[in-house]
Amino acid sequence: MDFLRPAGWEEALAAKAEHPTAVPIAGGTDVMVEINFDHRRPEYLLDLTRVAELAEWEATDRTVRLGAGVPYTRIIEELRTELPGLALAAHTVGSPQIRNRGTVGGNLGAASPAGDAHPALLAAGAEVEVASVRGTRRIPVEEFFTGVKRHVLEPDELIRAVHIRRADGPQQFSKVGTRNAMVIAVCAFAVALHPRTRTVRTGIGSAAPTPVRAREAEEFLGAALDEGGFWDSGAPLDPSVVRRFVELCAGACRPIDDVRGTAAYRRHAVGVMARRTLGWTWEAYREGEGRTAQCA
Amino acid sequence: MAADRTASAPATLTQATGATRGTVGESTPRPDGTLKVTGEFAYSSDLWHEDMLWGFTLRSPYAHAAIRSVDTAEALALPGVYAVMTHDDLPAGTHYGLEIHDQPVLAKDRVRFHGEPVAIVAADHPETARRAAARIAVEYEELPLVVDEATATAPDAPLLHPGRRDHHASHVPHPNIVHRQPIRRGDVAAARARADVVVRRDYEVGMQDQAFLGPESGLAVPAEDGGVDLYIATQWLHVDRDQLAPVLGLPADKVRLTLSGVGGAFGAREDLSMQAHACLLALRTGRPVKIVYNRYESFFGHVHRHPAKLTYEHGATRDGTLLYVQCRIVLDGGAYASSSPAVVGNAASLSIGPYVVGNVDVEAIALYSNNPPCGAMRGFGAVQACFAYEAQMDAVAAELGLDPVEFRQRNAMSQGATMPTGQLVDSPAPVAELLRRVKALPMPPERDWEAAGGPVDVRALPGGLSNTTHGEAVVRGVGYAVGIKNVGFSEGFDDYSTARIRLEVIGGEPVALVHTAMAEVGQGGVTVHTQIARTELGVDRVTLHPADTRVGSAGSTSASRQTYMTGGAVKHACEAVRAEVLRRGRERFGASHPAWAEPERLRLEDGKVVTDGGEVIGDLAGILGDEAIDLEREFRHRPTEPFDLRTGQGFGHVQYSFCAHRAVVEVDTELGLVKVVELAAAQDVGKAINPLSVVGQIHGGSTQGLGLAVMEEIVVSRDGARVRNPSFTDYLIPTILDTPAMPVEVLELADDNAPYGLRGVGEAPTLSSTPAVVAAIRAATGRPLKRVPVRPEHLTGG
Amino acid sequence: MRVNMTVNGRPYEADDVWEGESLLYVLRERLGLPGSKNACEQGECGSCTVRLDGVPVCACLVAAGQAEGSEVVTVEGLADHARQRSGEAAGAVCPGEPEEGHPGTPGTTRHPEPTRPGQVAPLAPVQQAFIDAGAVQCGFCTPGLLVTADELLERNPDPSDADIREALSGNLCRCTGYEKILDAVRLAAARTGEAV
Repeated sequence: MDFLRPAGWEEALAAKAEHPTAVPIAGGTDVMVEINFDHRRPEYLLDLTRVAELAEWEATDRTVRLGAGVPYTRIIEELRTELPGLALAAHTVGSPQIRNRGTVGGNLGAASPAGDAHPALLAAGAEVEVASVRGTRRIPVEEFFTGVKRHVLEPDELIRAVHIRRADGPQQFSKVGTRNAMVIAVCAFAVALHPRTRTVRTGIGSAAPTPVRAREAEEFLGAALDEGGFWDSGAPLDPSVVRRFVELCAGACRPIDDVRGTAAYRRHAVGVMARRTLGWTWEAYREGEGRTAQCA
Repeated sequence: MAADRTASAPATLTQATGATRGTVGESTPRPDGTLKVTGEFAYSSDLWHEDMLWGFTLRSPYAHAAIRSVDTAEALALPGVYAVMTHDDLPAGTHYGLEIHDQPVLAKDRVRFHGEPVAIVAADHPETARRAAARIAVEYEELPLVVDEATATAPDAPLLHPGRRDHHASHVPHPNIVHRQPIRRGDVAAARARADVVVRRDYEVGMQDQAFLGPESGLAVPAEDGGVDLYIATQWLHVDRDQLAPVLGLPADKVRLTLSGVGGAFGAREDLSMQAHACLLALRTGRPVKIVYNRYESFFGHVHRHPAKLTYEHGATRDGTLLYVQCRIVLDGGAYASSSPAVVGNAASLSIGPYVVGNVDVEAIALYSNNPPCGAMRGFGAVQACFAYEAQMDAVAAELGLDPVEFRQRNAMSQGATMPTGQLVDSPAPVAELLRRVKALPMPPERDWEAAGGPVDVRALPGGLSNTTHGEAVVRGVGYAVGIKNVGFSEGFDDYSTARIRLEVIGGEPVALVHTAMAEVGQGGVTVHTQIARTELGVDRVTLHPADTRVGSAGSTSASRQTYMTGGAVKHACEAVRAEVLRRGRERFGASHPAWAEPERLRLEDGKVVTDGGEVIGDLAGILGDEAIDLEREFRHRPTEPFDLRTGQGFGHVQYSFCAHRAVVEVDTELGLVKVVELAAAQDVGKAINPLSVVGQIHGGSTQGLGLAVMEEIVVSRDGARVRNPSFTDYLIPTILDTPAMPVEVLELADDNAPYGLRGVGEAPTLSSTPAVVAAIRAATGRPLKRVPVRPEHLTGG
Repeated sequence: MRVNMTVNGRPYEADDVWEGESLLYVLRERLGLPGSKNACEQGECGSCTVRLDGVPVCACLVAAGQAEGSEVVTVEGLADHARQRSGEAAGAVCPGEPEEGHPGTPGTTRHPEPTRPGQVAPLAPVQQAFIDAGAVQCGFCTPGLLVTADELLERNPDPSDADIREALSGNLCRCTGYEKILDAVRLAAARTGEAV
């Protein structure tokens, strides 16, 4: 095994081009577990913690460009306003120690269906910026995952950043685990209201081979909100609308039975979380969060 | 830094030798506390030795398979590899076991459980050892599986141990049953005919893991005399030695064990794990060998709590009197016997709980199967039964329309009661009082998540930081339970402990040295020993000798027995030393004061000999001079007898221990997530030798019971009998956010048979915690919940 | 490969480090600092918690090479760390606690020499509180808990119970049921508060 320590981004890309089998390591919260448990013996470890630009984020009017190496703790502390859904999700990751090390870039790279950041990214709307010595491309997060622990990266590519839409309305994230802390998701759900575009987006974790959006549910709810004038009136949601949204969210799952939970429970729990998180976000919207901007 | 690392002993072996003040009844701080908070306390995994090699174990990927061939050539060829051993390389004995020697040191032609050791490697780096193990070619042929009672006793069932000749073989109904213990008393059929209410239900307890934090580890150092020194984390040094010597082909005195720092035990260190492997490799290579399991391997390296299927039938009259209990308890012992026979004895004899029932028909069995071997874990057979009988007590109370606590109290045993085994309960048994106490405690505030008045604090809600509810569907429930646990080794076992006390003058001050082989596993036995020595000998300074096999056996740190037994041995040995002090004093100063002639009137206090009138007539320094007193004594509890194999009658247990719990839970009834809000306990401890440690034991035991109630289970695949969750990612134990406030009420009603009147403390709280939490969840959800751990899908029907 | 780092104020160098080794392995097996414990090797127990450039992390999940050039504080250095912190805080008022030459003081030697048992070095407040409150049983989780709790009190000298629970939620303990650990952190906070 060789340990590569690029000092900057260009050097990292060059190293990855030269050693396409190199396994990138940032917080180590996935890679080191695999090495410690002898599940993986990469030829090269590519340490990205020295690449300073990866640990930075910058916000523009509409988006936050989140460096792939920004640890969860900083997201919780620094980006609560811009990225409330992701900050909530970040707060459910592992333990404080893990949140101090783990990164969204690492979460994407591991591409676990249970990755906590994924549903929040899907709901907020995000693009993954990946790069190689050949150039840079941006991949919508919903197109990033191709299967269980698989993604679209080419062997010479590295994740540089995630461009996440700044919240223009309330966002929520919920995750079911069988413990009150330090737990991998049995399933997770994120919802984001986007008053500016009058859309609703969702993200579901750990209930399908990849993180998924409940697109039908989004479209149904979007249409119902539009047609009913809810965005303007801020009226309470019709229970039948909520019910249908919940059904469609649960229907978007393709869960399995495993040691963490049953498929039937996952589907059920996603429905419950969909109802609750929609309730919380809509309540917040009615109370003014995101509406002022909308009315102005 | 390696300068003082010599060849004879690991330089980093640091043990509790510090002196702290405090006598019996005081909350004396731990003598090893400073070492433990500074990181200097040497656990078995911390040991280091010059020229040390690392051992690694190759384990079976199958639960049941024939081994057709093993080829180690490629492993041996790897640079850095010093030895590879298989069954064929064993120098002497090939099997070991706590009671029945049925477990191979390394599998020969057959593996019987997933993870069974097949070969061992010694190399210069752990990674080299792992790579070498991966190069060992083993050809397996899978065999049909035995996974439950039906497959174990089917007409064509494969026999786990064909040709069994152990002492249970002749009385069991099938060779795949390790042991069977019935208990019969009264006339159940007649009682059933009189019952107004009958409740019959099936229950199930999942396989719990001890999940101590310090995985199995130790260091074996070959000695010049051809023997071996083993520095080890274990629960019982002498029983390890007695199993190791025949395997190593060495006389017992050439197998010397020294206790190293132990990172928790809870039963999981009763059986051998890496001990034999490290010693074999050390003797083979002539170099020190260290083996440290990682968490994954640890799940395969020790026995677990027996999973159980239980069927209970309770009958009662309308006024709330229990008439009879009929039950059948099937424990899955897995591939090897371990302590299954004793677990069966406990499960059977404690199967109806701390209640008076005249008519009893009980059968408990343990199976041999291809599931992971199961043996000792805190509570030892009593945990499984308690979950079932306490669920039954709630169910019968509900049928009768009685308050569940009142119903329990009406049937609770007290001193003078008779157990189903016919044994008289001859010391305090304050079962009703313990229940009264937990019930009388104030309730924790409702809706604590709104307490601050600000936004919802999700940390106080089910789901915690996962943000699943802001109060929606959260329902509170309250549940009660009480349990009974035996203390010490039962059923006629010659249970004793040994202590050596040396009293001498150092620097003008009398100093007592306490030397026992007691395994300090965290429980605080070392603290208690200093307190007892201080109390009995009236000295301030007490030091502790490292526990090793150079002194007589202390028995196991299990069965809630060490304060009773080794504490008793320390007391007993101190008494002998005191008698010798007084004899010498009488010899030298007898003429100076008439009280010397009446030693029963004298006590040792503050380094002085004091009369019952408070008069100082001598001092220890003067009496001892430069002649130390050094005495070793054995201590035995009163004898017990085996249970009759047909009726289960017999004076089987030494002492009983009782704990009651009240659990308050809040359940997200839609998602099936549980937050235990408070877990209150009341326990009779006879005498709290160290009140702080007593409460610590009750907290720890309660929390392990909570874990079994809502999250802890080793999941074994039905089709392959493979462990599916051997990691801390998927075997979950409670975090600080899962563990509630735990008020504790301690009663001290002396047992006159026991030293200081004390009662073993460690296990009882583990029993009633689980059923109390589950009862509270039932109260919140209305669901029957016949299985633990309760999973979210059990609460949502999903 | 070779790895250099500063641990508890002293420079260390480890040679022949296998690239797959963790910081935890290097500390324990190469630098003679076994205080940080290996209980799960997957970031699920917190027993190996150390400060890496000030931040509490699981040392088992830091590749050895990632620690190159970093500042590490382990349980072995916690007392010094706390002493320096309180020195800094009270620096203007009471200068110069005579640290030089004190066993365990960083900088007095380039060769690590663990404090021998029997030498009584003053403990960090949180260490003393763990002993006094009965928060130590088997002690295997203790080093990680101490590093985590000490950092919590550094950030938040007067934490609520919920804050303590959240901060310690990554540190498993199997013996105590956590009640006495909560007591210990409260006690350390109270004592530190009184001292200021």
